[in-house]
Amino acid sequence: MIRKSLQTVYVTLIFIFLYAPIVTLIVLSFNSSKTRAKWGGFTLKWYSALFKNDTILQALYTTLIIAMLSAFLATIIGTVAAIAINGMKKRNRALFMGITNIPMVNAEIVTGISLMLLFISLKFQFGFTTVLLAHITFNIPYVILSVLPRMKQLNPNTYEAALDLGATHTYAFFKVVFPDILPGVLSGFLMSITMSLDDFIITHFTKGPGFDTLSTKIYTEVKKGIKPEMYALSSIIFVSVLVLLLLINCAPTDKNKEIVK
Amino acid sequence: MNKNKKWMATPYFIWSIAFIIIPLCMVFYYGLTDKTGAFTLENIIAITTEEHWKALWLSLLLSTISTLLCILLAYPLAMILCNASINQDGFLVLIFILPMWMNFLLRTLAWQTLLEKTGVINSILSALHLPSLNIINTPYAIILGMVYNFLPFMVLPIYNSLSKIDRNVVNAARDLGANNVQTFTKVILPLSLPGVISGITMVFVPALTTFVISNLLGGSKILLIGNVIEQEFTQTNNWNLGSGLSIILMIFIIISIVISTITDKDGEGNSL
Repeated sequence: MIRKSLQTVYVTLIFIFLYAPIVTLIVLSFNSSKTRAKWGGFTLKWYSALFKNDTILQALYTTLIIAMLSAFLATIIGTVAAIAINGMKKRNRALFMGITNIPMVNAEIVTGISLMLLFISLKFQFGFTTVLLAHITFNIPYVILSVLPRMKQLNPNTYEAALDLGATHTYAFFKVVFPDILPGVLSGFLMSITMSLDDFIITHFTKGPGFDTLSTKIYTEVKKGIKPEMYALSSIIFVSVLVLLLLINCAPTDKNKEIVK
Repeated sequence: MNKNKKWMATPYFIWSIAFIIIPLCMVFYYGLTDKTGAFTLENIIAITTEEHWKALWLSLLLSTISTLLCILLAYPLAMILCNASINQDGFLVLIFILPMWMNFLLRTLAWQTLLEKTGVINSILSALHLPSLNIINTPYAIILGMVYNFLPFMVLPIYNSLSKIDRNVVNAARDLGANNVQTFTKVILPLSLPGVISGITMVFVPALTTFVISNLLGGSKILLIGNVIEQEFTQTNNWNLGSGLSIILMIFIIISIVISTITDKDGEGNSL
């Protein structure tokens, strides 16, 4: 009994530790005083101001476009690569997995500056394209690592059977292989979106002046003082994700997760 | 099926050469040359100057402390989550990942508000007539920021490896007469070690190389090695020195990864 309540206390304390800043931000979004230090009364004005603030909306739009596009392209390249890697011999496979692991384990700051040096030497215009290329690059490994385990579980005989029964390679792939690896592809896609939305460091080094995602916008605002509209926006994002997660969790879940080999 | 699919790796192969391998080579090129393009080791040796050495030492110290704190906090948490009956379909785990969906800069910034001299925590402390907490703009605040930001990266792998442990193994240990402590040290801990080790690399590397947390919570006076490198690229524009210091940083990353692959041969802990 004591053990049980000790556990509850511990989990609650960590829970408070993790959520205290988030509650603070949500409270600040309703704070009518402009400074963070004082509580000036309840207001909704930052929420209405948010929808009139073009620079923040522009940054939000850029962030979402970059996240969707980079996740989509990374999912295509990554899934195709994962299919190929799965069929490789041990040595090639190790080589590819080694390369895939580089952006995962390397420091983000090093990945960021290495891409910056590349784009400078290629005389690329820093902005949308460079950030998109960078995001695709760090997203591909997440896709590969979530599709590969699915490929391993795949029964190769079903694909052969489809071919024997007269299906073309493409048809067999989309009818037999793809449905089986789809959960992996989707989770890779979602992971990519998450990583892209939250990325600051790599974007910081590959963006040009005048081009901002939400993260870089916040970073430049830190010194001048964050606009309270930003708190409003992040509260909206957080609450929508929370609602989304609750909905997903209530919906029937994929029971095929525990397939025995 | 396997043979004719090899060409499908080509797009990714070209992509990774262009955007992973070549950029890394460029870091090495810049790090090992001076402004005229002549070979030099000066940028590497620059780490021994007092300013850089202090930054590196502080980074190593703070990230090691944060990693240890993360293990101490995450391990019991992962165990509780693993055994909790309400934790259906990993819902409780989701609750602990959810904060990561709020922008990480804003979350870190919120700690400023909480920790300030007249901030939320100190108001509560003074209302309770407790001594005030003045850790903002000190290394302690940076450690707090690191632990706060990277704790989920420690909880997840430990939770994953703990939940993979077969209950029968634990029951067998008890049947054979092991007490709680013995079961833990002889069975559960060794089996969950891959998770701990992959957690260590997932926390240690970002903590070692961060420049944002130290910037936001350290009051821009405390320089970590990440801050030094960032400044060389964005303010001083000395790319050669910045690249040289990055090479040093990569050496430490490689060391930590080599250690983790030696101890985790099966790569079990890597699956998220």
